[in-house]
Amino acid sequence: MNLGVNPMSFTSSSASWKSGDGVSDQFPAGLRVLVVDDDPTCLRILEKMLRSCLYEVTKCSRAEVALKLLRDNKDGFDIVISDVHMPDMDGFKLLEHVGLEMDLPVIMMSADDSKNVVMKGVTHGACDYLIKPVRMEALKNIWQHVVRKKKHEWREKDFEQSGSVEEGERQQKPSEDVDYSSSANEGNWKSSKKRKDEEDEAEERDDSSTLKKPRVVWSVELHQQFVTAVNQLGIDKAVPKKILELMNVPGLTRENVASHLQKYRLYLRRLSGQHQNGLGNSFMGPSDATFGPMTALNGLDLQALASSGQLPPQSLATIQAAALGRATNKSAISVPMVDQRNIFSFESPKIRFVDGQQQHNNSTKQVNLLHGIPTNMDSKQLAALHQSAQPFSNMNRHIHSQSSQSNSLLTQMVQPQSRTQILNEVGGSHVLNLPSSVGQPVLSQAIPGALLGRNGIDNVHGPTYASVSQPSAVVDFSRSQRAELPGNSFSLVGNSGIPTLATKGMLQEDFNSEMKGNRGFMPNYDVFNELNQNRTEDWGLQSVGSNFEAPQHTNLQGRLDVAPSVLVQPGFLSDRHIGIPSVNKTAFSAADGVVNTANLSQALTSSLPDNALRIKAERLPDMGFQNGPFPDQFGQDDLMSALLKQQQEGIVPAETDFGFDGYHLDNLPV
Amino acid sequence: MEVDQLQRTFHDYHASLFNEGFLDEQFVQLQQLQDESNPGFVVEVVSLFFEDSERLLNDLSKALDQENVDFRKIDAHVHQLKGSSSSIGAQRVRNACIAFRNFCDERNIEACLKCLQQVRQEYLLVKTKLETLLRLEQQIVAAGGASPM
Repeated sequence: MNLGVNPMSFTSSSASWKSGDGVSDQFPAGLRVLVVDDDPTCLRILEKMLRSCLYEVTKCSRAEVALKLLRDNKDGFDIVISDVHMPDMDGFKLLEHVGLEMDLPVIMMSADDSKNVVMKGVTHGACDYLIKPVRMEALKNIWQHVVRKKKHEWREKDFEQSGSVEEGERQQKPSEDVDYSSSANEGNWKSSKKRKDEEDEAEERDDSSTLKKPRVVWSVELHQQFVTAVNQLGIDKAVPKKILELMNVPGLTRENVASHLQKYRLYLRRLSGQHQNGLGNSFMGPSDATFGPMTALNGLDLQALASSGQLPPQSLATIQAAALGRATNKSAISVPMVDQRNIFSFESPKIRFVDGQQQHNNSTKQVNLLHGIPTNMDSKQLAALHQSAQPFSNMNRHIHSQSSQSNSLLTQMVQPQSRTQILNEVGGSHVLNLPSSVGQPVLSQAIPGALLGRNGIDNVHGPTYASVSQPSAVVDFSRSQRAELPGNSFSLVGNSGIPTLATKGMLQEDFNSEMKGNRGFMPNYDVFNELNQNRTEDWGLQSVGSNFEAPQHTNLQGRLDVAPSVLVQPGFLSDRHIGIPSVNKTAFSAADGVVNTANLSQALTSSLPDNALRIKAERLPDMGFQNGPFPDQFGQDDLMSALLKQQQEGIVPAETDFGFDGYHLDNLPV
Repeated sequence: MEVDQLQRTFHDYHASLFNEGFLDEQFVQLQQLQDESNPGFVVEVVSLFFEDSERLLNDLSKALDQENVDFRKIDAHVHQLKGSSSSIGAQRVRNACIAFRNFCDERNIEACLKCLQQVRQEYLLVKTKLETLLRLEQQIVAAGGASPM
C-alpha cells in the first residue's frame, strides 16, 4: 500500500493506493476494484470474493452509475470488472469508455463463453475475460493487469520510439497463463491499450458493433516490409491492397496500410523538395520512419548527392539545425519523437545530407547509412537522416539494448542502397563512423545522442555512428567528410552542432582527432553560412566543427547535456522544416537550448573559421533553447531519460507542429 | 448430543445435494466465503438468488405470453438466470437454462414454454433443498454448535 494509506484499512476510498509501480508490501491488497453487474446475486458474491482477496471493492449494478463513479473519482480505482450483458448499457461500451477516459484495465465477465463474445472482449481492449461462475482463484490474480498496464505505459513512454514496441508487446503477454480465459490478455499484436493521446481516441464510435481497432505500431521491421512492398510495386502503382498482400502480415488491415501509405507519400513529397513544414510524419513509425525515407532516397548515392550540389552545407546545416533542436521545443524533442519524426524529418535533413556529400563524397565508410539517401534528398534528406540518426542517438540506451533495432534502422536506411554495411555495423554497439568531414559537424549533433548514449563509443575512432539511426543521416556527412575527419565518430555528434559531443570521454578524444579532420571541413561551414539566415543553423554547424576542437573538453562536458536534446531536435527539425533554412532555425534553437550557449560560443569561436564562428556566435545568443538542460546527465541512462523526458514534453508541441496526427511518437502503442 | 446429531444430518444432506446434482462446486466456494466476520453470507446470497430468480421467472412468463414474443428479451432473461444460478451453484437450474436458450434461438414458442416450466420446476426444487439445508445449519448454531458451512 502506498504511503498515505492505512495499511489495513482498505475501506478508505481516499486511500491513495497507487497501483502504479508503487507496489507496497501489501500489494495487491488494497487494490481498488469497481465491479459492475446487474445481477444482484453475482454482484454480491463477487464483492465478497474480492473482499476476501483483501481488495477494496465498490459494487455497482448499473453501467451509467459506474461511469459516473469513475469520472468523479478519476484516480479512485485501479481496475474495473464488468459484466457483458447489462440492460442499461452494453458491457463493451462501458469497456470502451473506461479505456478511453480513464485508461484503466477492464476485465469482462459473462456466463457466455462463446468464442465470438470473448473475441469481442479482446478486440475492445479488455485485459481479461472471465467466464461465470467466477471463482476465487480467478479474482485473486487480477492485480497483475494493473501492474502490467502501468509497467507497459511506463515503458512505452520511455522506449516508445526506440521501437520497443516489441518489448511492450512482450510485456503484454505474460499474464496469459494466469487466469482461465485469459486469452483476452493476448490482445493484439498491436497494443490494445487505449492511450489517451492516441488518435484512436477519436475513433470511439457509438456503434456497438464497431470494433475498437487497435493501433498499429509501425515498427522498424514492419515499415521496412512496407517500404519493400512499395518499392516492389513501384511508388505509383503501390495501392494499399497490393501492399498489404505483399507484406503478408497477419493482423494488418488495408486501412492500416492505406493510412501509412498516405503518410509515406507525404513524406516522399517532402523529400523531393517541398518545404513543407508539416511533418512528414505520416511516415513515421518509430524508427521505421527513418528508414522509410531512406528507401525513398533510394538510389541516392552519396556521391550523387554531393555532386548534386544541392545545398551541401545547407543540408548539413539543416540537419544540424534539426539536430540542434527543433525549434525551440526543447522539451518537444522527446526521444521517441525524434525517432519517429526523423523518418519524416528525413526530408529536411536531406538537404544537409547533400551538402555533406558534396563536400566530401567519397566517404565510403559507413556511410552506408547514407545509402538510403536518394539523390534528391538534398538537404532535406540529410536532415532527415540526421534526424533519424539523432533519435537513435537518443535511443542510445535503446540502441544498446536493442541493437537489433539500430540494426534494423540502419538496414532500412540502407535499404535502397547497397550500402548496408554501416547499418549492420552500427547495430547496437557499433559506433557509426561518420565520415567526418562535413558530416561531422552535422553529424555530431545527430550522433551526440548516440555517442553519448553509448559508452561503448569510446572507441569510436573512425566514423562510427553512435546511433544507428543517425548514421544514415550522419553517414552522409561523414562520408563526405571522411577524408577529413579520421575518427568521425563525432561527426555524428558534431552534426548536431551541439557540443553534444559531450559524450565526454570519447567524444573528446575522438573529436580531437576528428576535429582536426573537420578542419578540412571548414569549407563546409560556408555552406552553413548560407544558412545563416537561420541562426540556428549556423550554430549547429559551427559548433560541430569547432567545438570539438578546443573547448572540447569543457564544452563537451557541457554539451553532454546538450547532446541529448540535440539528438532529439534534429528529428524535430527535419520534420518541421524541409528546407534547410527552416530546419536550421529550429535546429539551432533547439540546440541552443540544449547546449550551453556559453560553451558553444566558445567552442565555436575558437575553432570555426570566420563564417562558422560568426554564425555560431550569432546564433548562440539566440539559442534560447534550453541552457544546459542536462546539467549532469551524462550517464547514458540519464541522458536517455532526460531526452525522453524532453521529448515527451516537447513532443506535444512538436507534434502539433509537425502535424503528426496519428502517430504520436512517444505514444505509439506497442 | 443433539448438536452432533444435527451436524451429521447436515453433513449427509449436504452430500446428497451434491450427489444428486442440485448443487455443484460453486456452492462450496460460497461456503468458503462465509466466516466468522460474515456468518450469514450464504443465507444472504441464497436469498438474493431466490428473489432474483422469481422475478426473472415471472418476467419470462409474461414475455412468452405476449402476442409477439420478443425472443431477444427472453434470451436476455434466461441468460441472466443462467448466470445467477451458476454463481450460486444451482447446477440443475443452470442446465435447464442452457436448454431454454437453445430453443430461444430457434424461436420455438412451444418449446420455450416447456423449457420455462422445466426451469421453474428445477428452481423450486433447489429452493426447497437449500432452505432445508440452511435451516439445519441454523439449528446447529442455535444448539450451540459451530456452523457446518
